[in-house]
Amino acid sequence: MIFDIAVLGGGPAGMAAATEAACGGARVALLEESPAPGGQVYRAPPLGFVTKPDRDRQEGDALRAALAASGATIHTGCRVWGLGGGPLVPEGQANTPFSLSALAADGAPFTVQARALILCCGTHERIIPFPGWTLPGVIGLAAATILLKAQGVLPGRRVVVAGAGPLLYAVAAKLLTGGASVAAVVDAATQVEWLRALPALAARADLLAQGAVWRAKLLAARVPILAGAQVTAAEGDNALKRVRVGERIIEADALCIGHGLVPATEATRTFRALHVHRPEDGGWVPVLDAHQRTSVPLLYAAGDGAGVRGAAAAPAAGRVAALTALQDLGIHAGAPERLSTENAALARARRAGAAMARMMALRPAMIEAIPPETIICRCEGVTRAKIEEAAAAGAGTINQLKHFTRCGMGPCQGRMCGEAAGALLANARGVSVADLGFATGRIPLRPVPMASILGDFDYADIPVPAPAPI
Amino acid sequence: MKARFDAAVIGAGVMGCATALFLARGGMRVVLLDRGEICREASGVNAGTLTMQMTRAALIPYALHAHEMWMNMPAWCAGGDVLATACPGLSVAFTDAEAAMLEERARIRREAGAPIELIDGRAAQVIEPGLADGVKLAGHCPIDGFASAYLTGRAFRAALQEAGVTLMEAIPVRGIDGRFVLDTPAGVIAAQRVVLAGGVWLEDMAAWLGVTLPIKVLINQLVVTERLPPVMRTVLGVASGLLSLKQYANGTVLIGGGWQGIGDRARGGLAVRPENFLGNVRLAAHTVPALRNARVVRSWLGLEAETADALPAIGPVPGIDDAWIIGSVHSGYTSGPYMGRILAQAILGEAPELPLFPINRLLQERSNAI
Repeated sequence: MIFDIAVLGGGPAGMAAATEAACGGARVALLEESPAPGGQVYRAPPLGFVTKPDRDRQEGDALRAALAASGATIHTGCRVWGLGGGPLVPEGQANTPFSLSALAADGAPFTVQARALILCCGTHERIIPFPGWTLPGVIGLAAATILLKAQGVLPGRRVVVAGAGPLLYAVAAKLLTGGASVAAVVDAATQVEWLRALPALAARADLLAQGAVWRAKLLAARVPILAGAQVTAAEGDNALKRVRVGERIIEADALCIGHGLVPATEATRTFRALHVHRPEDGGWVPVLDAHQRTSVPLLYAAGDGAGVRGAAAAPAAGRVAALTALQDLGIHAGAPERLSTENAALARARRAGAAMARMMALRPAMIEAIPPETIICRCEGVTRAKIEEAAAAGAGTINQLKHFTRCGMGPCQGRMCGEAAGALLANARGVSVADLGFATGRIPLRPVPMASILGDFDYADIPVPAPAPI
Repeated sequence: MKARFDAAVIGAGVMGCATALFLARGGMRVVLLDRGEICREASGVNAGTLTMQMTRAALIPYALHAHEMWMNMPAWCAGGDVLATACPGLSVAFTDAEAAMLEERARIRREAGAPIELIDGRAAQVIEPGLADGVKLAGHCPIDGFASAYLTGRAFRAALQEAGVTLMEAIPVRGIDGRFVLDTPAGVIAAQRVVLAGGVWLEDMAAWLGVTLPIKVLINQLVVTERLPPVMRTVLGVASGLLSLKQYANGTVLIGGGWQGIGDRARGGLAVRPENFLGNVRLAAHTVPALRNARVVRSWLGLEAETADALPAIGPVPGIDDAWIIGSVHSGYTSGPYMGRILAQAILGEAPELPLFPINRLLQERSNAI
């Protein structure tokens, strides 16, 4: 069966897109990696957990309920590793339906084909390396939220929360609620930066109020908040013992740290969509028209994966993408006023989201501060010094840097190191990150176990092509 | 216009780099241009297989010389290194048809100078403990090996600079006027001689000189695993040549063999063809069963050029003095540096150590350019 619309990613953008598309009469399939739809902010608690439903839970539950009622086919717990079809066809051939190769929760392979594809792939966390960042006990802010929300597990007993953006305060507050002691919040942003963001945030009183609640909670617990400060080192022999913030030494058994979010563009890069580098959107993002269309026909992107604007803006973006796809496929064209309502909602939510995204944009001073021997690419053990040595030896693009150093060639394929490596290379070459290009998108989107895709086969069934001449 | 350079080499792959390097060492002022970056197309993304058992018989004498060059690269390339590793090579047959093919091909290659002996499956498993059961016959070549192709650009770069070659990356040549004025976005570049070394784009380059040289484009797929404990220690293939396997010192296993993906000259390597991805990894897992437990981390594509008779295009451009061409060498990475060396010898007016592969045989019509 060929679906009308496939949605990759079941966060707020994906849930809303699939719901809108299915309600508009399309045959829809949604594919999501987690056991339940929700995404990072609206992540569902594990089965059998009884937690107090907070605001995020309520909004997430509403989106989940609408999705469940929409009639869309939902694949959760699946790993999509292969992408094909669409524009990826031999010269002179017309585009074909998009094809997504996936492994189900039980490891069984399956394929979904669809005429249109909406990518709602979210973000990766940006962590600017510092000495000791690879020590056990140091985890990302986003990883901490997964532990807290999806597992009900504390990352440590005495935790330092550090980095940039609103996630900092959300994690710190959730740690306190969970019973951990928060040794300090180390915020890269100064008070002045937060004050400057206020007018844009005023458009979203709800977000502002939520931030105030988090801060009040920290204040009540007398958690020291170090503003305009950065973690300079994580120390310990085999696991984290101390966090250094300049001269200050803070004892801790966990450090949750994140410096913003980077749109996940593996899929749009694989489909050869046009991209543009916009630091305020989180880095490289697909070029979109006003209706979430990428440069590839019938390929759409929505949510933070198309430029970081936050969970509040994501559902409207997903709905716009779905309405546009319905129209482009000729399924349902009668909703121009609905489209303009959603577009207006999206514009409002984006203003607040943009202010937050600016707080989370890459900070050049943090790149400058990385010591030469600090590992940047942890898969391949590539240090800042090695990257700069490669720059001096002639590496002038991200793809060339990979060849010169193996930076970004490991299992994470540059998801962890790409931002810092790009900034270091750009500085060393005296160019902008946009001039370096981005790593070519290739399958698999995630490392894929060979055993899962091989299946049962006889040697004689392998379609060996004719050999080259001798 | 007074020529600034004695020679302009267009295309900075392994053959263009080697030609430029040896021309410069021969005393010429050389400019090496590439529309992209040094060794970032086929020369940097190929499987790095240095084997006699996938090399065409006619190229074996060249590949044997090149094998020696790869293994000693730092000595002649100003310390540049692609981590070339010598190891035994095995080409295995699982069926009677493959065994027959292997016997014939091994004999032809042995006659051409490759020291290939035929052994049974058990003997092959002694050489390669990772090899599956069920091998009927294997070709064993003790002097095969492999390299990390992605290091090729870095390896050549320092040597080229030391030799005084002017390297111009990201400068696409748009055409050639007269003898020889290269039109580029960085202005015109004049050279006494021109060497076309453009891989699959040789057809377009030859057209600048009014020469019609049809070049077929192969879109070869490659797949790499995550780092694994040691699972194999040879460079391994099947009799048909459609599998190449080796495990690097870092533990990754590279799976190649020339399975075809989607792409073309204009768009490059566009996408891996899923059914060929599956066929390639099945063949790999059938041959080295331990690979079943590996995770695949990445796949990619490289564009290989082939002439009508699948033999190289290396020599003067007929009818145009001081214009030369080099490329379309089957398993071109294996023989590449040596091909560059002998072309440079010819351009420098010396007798090449081994004969070139003149392109007269491939031209459909006479050049009418000059």
